[in-house]
Amino acid sequence: MSGQSSGGGFLMSVVVHGDSALNEQEKELNQRLRRLYPAVNENETPLPRSWSPKDKFSYIGLSQNNLRVHYKGHGKTPKDAASVRATHPIPAACGVYYFEVKIISKGRDGYMGIGLSAQGVNMNRLPDITFAKAGWDKHSYGYHGDDGHSFCSSGTGQPYGPTFTTGDVIGCCVNLINNTCFYTKNGHSLGIAFTDLPPNLYPTVGLQTPGEVVDANFGQHPFVFDIEDYMREWRTKIQAQIDRFPIGEREGEWQSMIQKMVASYLVHHSYCATAEAFAKSTDQAVHEELASIKNRQKIQKLVLSGRMGEAIETTQQLYPNLLERNPDLLFMLKVRQFIEMVNGTDSEVRCLGGRSPKSQDSYPGSPRPFSSPSHKASSSQPYLTGFDSNCCNGVTSNKSHSSSPHSHKPCPPGSGSTLPASDISLNGSRSQQPITSNDVDMEVDHFTNGVTESSSNGFLNGTSKHTTEPDDCDADMEVESAQSKRQLCGGSQAAIERMIHFGRELQSMSEHLRRECGKNSANKKMLKDAFSLLAYSDPWNSPVGYQLDAIQREPVCSTLNSAILETHNLPKQPPLAQAVGQAAQCLAMMARTGSGSCAFASVDDYLH
Amino acid sequence: IFVQLETKFRREVTATSRHYVDRLFDPDPQKVLQGVIDMKNAVIGNNKQKANLIVLGAVPRLLYLLQQSSSSMELRTECAVVLGSLAMGTENNIKSLVDCHIIPALLQGLLSSDLIFIEACLRCLRTVFISPVTPVQLLYTDPTVIPHLMSLLSNSLRTQEYITQIFSHCCKTPEHQTILFNHGAIQNIAPLLISPSYKVRMQALKCFSVLAYENTQVSMTLVNVLVDGELLTQVFVKMMQRDQPIEMQLTAAKCLTYMCRASAIRTDDSCIVLKTLPCLVRMCSKEHLLEERVEGAETLAYLMEPDVELQRIASTTDHLVAMLADYFKYPSSVSAITDIKRLDHDLKHAHELRQAAFKLYASLGSNDEDIRKKITETENMMDRIVSGLSESSIKVRLAAVRCLHSLSRSVQQLRTSFHDHAVWKPLMKLLQNAPDEVLVMASSTLCNLLLEFSPSKEPILESGVIELLCSLTQSDSPALRVNGIWALMNMAFQADQKVKVEIVRCLGTEQLFRLLSDPDTNVLMKTLGLLRNLLSTRPHIDQIMSSHGKQIMQAVTLILEAEHSIEVKEQTLCILANIADGNTAKDLIMTNDDMLQKIKYYMGHSNVKLQLAATFCVSNLIWNEEDGSQERQDKLREMGFVDILHKLTQSSDPNLSDRAKTALQQYLA
Repeated sequence: MSGQSSGGGFLMSVVVHGDSALNEQEKELNQRLRRLYPAVNENETPLPRSWSPKDKFSYIGLSQNNLRVHYKGHGKTPKDAASVRATHPIPAACGVYYFEVKIISKGRDGYMGIGLSAQGVNMNRLPDITFAKAGWDKHSYGYHGDDGHSFCSSGTGQPYGPTFTTGDVIGCCVNLINNTCFYTKNGHSLGIAFTDLPPNLYPTVGLQTPGEVVDANFGQHPFVFDIEDYMREWRTKIQAQIDRFPIGEREGEWQSMIQKMVASYLVHHSYCATAEAFAKSTDQAVHEELASIKNRQKIQKLVLSGRMGEAIETTQQLYPNLLERNPDLLFMLKVRQFIEMVNGTDSEVRCLGGRSPKSQDSYPGSPRPFSSPSHKASSSQPYLTGFDSNCCNGVTSNKSHSSSPHSHKPCPPGSGSTLPASDISLNGSRSQQPITSNDVDMEVDHFTNGVTESSSNGFLNGTSKHTTEPDDCDADMEVESAQSKRQLCGGSQAAIERMIHFGRELQSMSEHLRRECGKNSANKKMLKDAFSLLAYSDPWNSPVGYQLDAIQREPVCSTLNSAILETHNLPKQPPLAQAVGQAAQCLAMMARTGSGSCAFASVDDYLH
Repeated sequence: IFVQLETKFRREVTATSRHYVDRLFDPDPQKVLQGVIDMKNAVIGNNKQKANLIVLGAVPRLLYLLQQSSSSMELRTECAVVLGSLAMGTENNIKSLVDCHIIPALLQGLLSSDLIFIEACLRCLRTVFISPVTPVQLLYTDPTVIPHLMSLLSNSLRTQEYITQIFSHCCKTPEHQTILFNHGAIQNIAPLLISPSYKVRMQALKCFSVLAYENTQVSMTLVNVLVDGELLTQVFVKMMQRDQPIEMQLTAAKCLTYMCRASAIRTDDSCIVLKTLPCLVRMCSKEHLLEERVEGAETLAYLMEPDVELQRIASTTDHLVAMLADYFKYPSSVSAITDIKRLDHDLKHAHELRQAAFKLYASLGSNDEDIRKKITETENMMDRIVSGLSESSIKVRLAAVRCLHSLSRSVQQLRTSFHDHAVWKPLMKLLQNAPDEVLVMASSTLCNLLLEFSPSKEPILESGVIELLCSLTQSDSPALRVNGIWALMNMAFQADQKVKVEIVRCLGTEQLFRLLSDPDTNVLMKTLGLLRNLLSTRPHIDQIMSSHGKQIMQAVTLILEAEHSIEVKEQTLCILANIADGNTAKDLIMTNDDMLQKIKYYMGHSNVKLQLAATFCVSNLIWNEEDGSQERQDKLREMGFVDILHKLTQSSDPNLSDRAKTALQQYLA
């Protein structure tokens, strides 16, 4: 059990080292926690999973994966009371948090307290925490078994509920929306015990006499109390609050604002025909010349169909100086061009006679109206191209654009822009796994998952789905991989040479850039990832093969589009995407500042 | 001038109304149709216009057109729509429509094959039947109606909604339940619980709640019903989920409550303990509408009435006991000042809230001492009960006295809070003039207040309660007779001679003996108990026996000779033993050889209790240190009692053998 003895034990290590029974329990725990607290970003705010072996008084003993607590002091006076906290405080993004404690034995006197407490200042000395029974100290809240009283940061209790003893299951529910807490006994709610709770409380138990033993359930097992039913009620309440939120006071103001947002979105993505029609029927002016829109549309089409060389050329023709002023952008476009060469789609290699894979046709001639160019088949939600959770304030970081395959996708609130801890190692370990070509589907799925974790954008549930969905693009690719293997640069030797030559140019361009503008880790990674494609005999099925996916053209396309718009003093992001991004950021901020209602208001729920 | 204008205006309105009615008589059917359509548009939301048209006789003509098979389907449908619109008006409108025999006409219309027409008829019928002024019996007059309605259920969402709504409003008696049940209501309505339409689901659910209420047959059937492969109880549980509309949660909880009370679901079933009960407790919380809180509290009281475990769980759930205290705070002082509408609303529900809270307290405290303590310790609880006992609303008075009765089962409360708040005063007042149901509760509570340890006993005695109780023993209601005699029995326990004499005087020996032959065993037992309490302490025994000895001995003989339960006979032998304890009263037994033979018989009875009571009697007769004990001992020895006593010393029952030994010792001295 050494693997997780340190309490905070991250899931990964347990999965690797634990025995199978433990695996099962962990799996169930993870599933339940995800279902109960979908809005929590555990990279930022991990959920309590066990008692902390560090954050306890010496009279407390832990066992059974740090879930069982027993008293090992002499228990003569109330001063011998001792308590233990869970590994982590309760994240506000839970909205409603719940854990249960089963009384295994009431011991000598059954002086047990169950509740919550705040973290002390000094972890080594623990001066302000005497570890008395839960509820006796400052910012400590407890419900005591011997008298059924509730204790709120003081030694004198209030009559609260029934007493509890051996065999009883006591639950503690924290409502982070209205900052209250209630307890349950054997599945029955006992009513509000505390109000005006402070943030960042830890699940806590306190014991006081020998023989007292309690087991915690942080989600390892089904709860006795139907907490999900309670959460349903609050989800309904929050959603009703949102639905009833008063909109603009003045007649028609709201409607015209919505229309403007839609129109600007259409223009931004160069859906010129639709934008024109929409503007006409809603009586609006379009703030960009039609020709300009058409130009952008043309470039976008080229990027989305993988013809990067032509795209760069056209851009330079239509918008001279644009790329010169943006060396990083140009570099990104060139890297993409390199990838498209590997793919055999770029015009420079295509004209060299290589057989082009079908995937070049994956984008229809014109962008589909009302659905973003985002080629996401797994759901019907129109993901907004160009949206990035980092840039709602107008500050775009190119990093996330270039290295994240899904930076345009609205992130789950709270999971925002954090980098996972294991950034590099995963690639390596994954590549050692055997790949068989008749297993393409599964393996692709697998790798996409793994790779996603190594890229800069946290959790992505969409990606894996994307590859297995019978999307027109993917379907084609699958068919092909089953019949004949895709070939590097379309199979033409000349094209390969051209590609290698181009690679060298790219390398020197990168060096030049570094000299001129200083180190850029994003650029470096981008180039490294692109070159990695050549390390595999079948780049499409390699751990870095995701880069060849047509969907990866989208962030490039939207970055270029934004840059063009910027030169015309037009917003580089459509207001609609900004609004969505801002909403997601607000939710993430709510999670950080302790507003629990963010748990029940996912932006995705409103993007039908 | 204003009056003139007003009159003129009214005349004009009447004139246009008349015009609408006249057009119904046009020879051209097309013009009639247009007339009906215009009328439809004119009456929508216009109660005055509706009343005018009714007064001008539009209804019979519309009904005529509706029933005429020569009328076009369109015309008939429009007629039904207009009638439905008229029904939406005031209660007077409904009365007029019913008086014009609209119901049979519309029911007849349901036989049509045109769905739109049927729906219009059903909508109108629905509106008529959900009005409190419509006699529900009209739905059942023609026996073919119910089966036909059942068959229409499958036609459309609208027919489903209207028909289930009619059923749920017209199912008021066990007979109605049986009729609907026999025509397949359960099988026909169950699938509607998962209808895509919320209205249909809700009305279907309501149907089940009225069908299952106090109906074992329906309830037993319901537990086995499957809806789309799922047990009905589970469907109800899902409807109680906390994200469902409150109305649905509450009605589903009612269904499960009724099924549970009809013994179709055990009280310890998780769907009751973990779902229904918590749901009903939630309904009592402040965040819900007053109506919902009333219904929630009443249903909860009904659910847990017979089960102490449910009472215990409820008493600790969500601070229910404290939560109920809020029921007494309407109309709140805030509502009175700020908002007249709110005040009106609060006033309307204030009585209902209070009576529901009393009912729930009564149910909560009916078995568990700790819960009773918790209730009486709730803020101003006793004051609220006291004022509740004298409220004008009979419902509140009844509920208040029920609550008091429940709490009066607590010895501690009788000794403390009951006395402190002089609850006996309003209780006595209540007993003076009240309907039987209130009297039963009040007198039952009085019984407890008259227990010897109750400090209220004295003041009650002084308030002339004896006469009142004696009159209760003459009631036709067995429950009132029991309570009357029971209270007298409690009162006579260890009472002064004066009180006992007063009881006997007031009750009269005639009434006493009538009660000894009461068909209700309970009454008989309590009367014997009264006799036994009267006949205690030697001077009292002799005094009463000297004046009523003959009749009492007669009554004792009669009871011992008749077919009665062991308990009755035991009680009677105890009375005899008490008589045997008197100084002069002894002779009444000693001179009655027949009675002595009876005592001998019961000493040899197979039931130990009777043997013990009879032995007591003998023991008292032969007790030393009393005048004439020697003679009595001799007589009984002659009669063979000593032999029996010897035998009884060998009894396996320690009490009996001890008692026999003590008796024999009298001979040794």
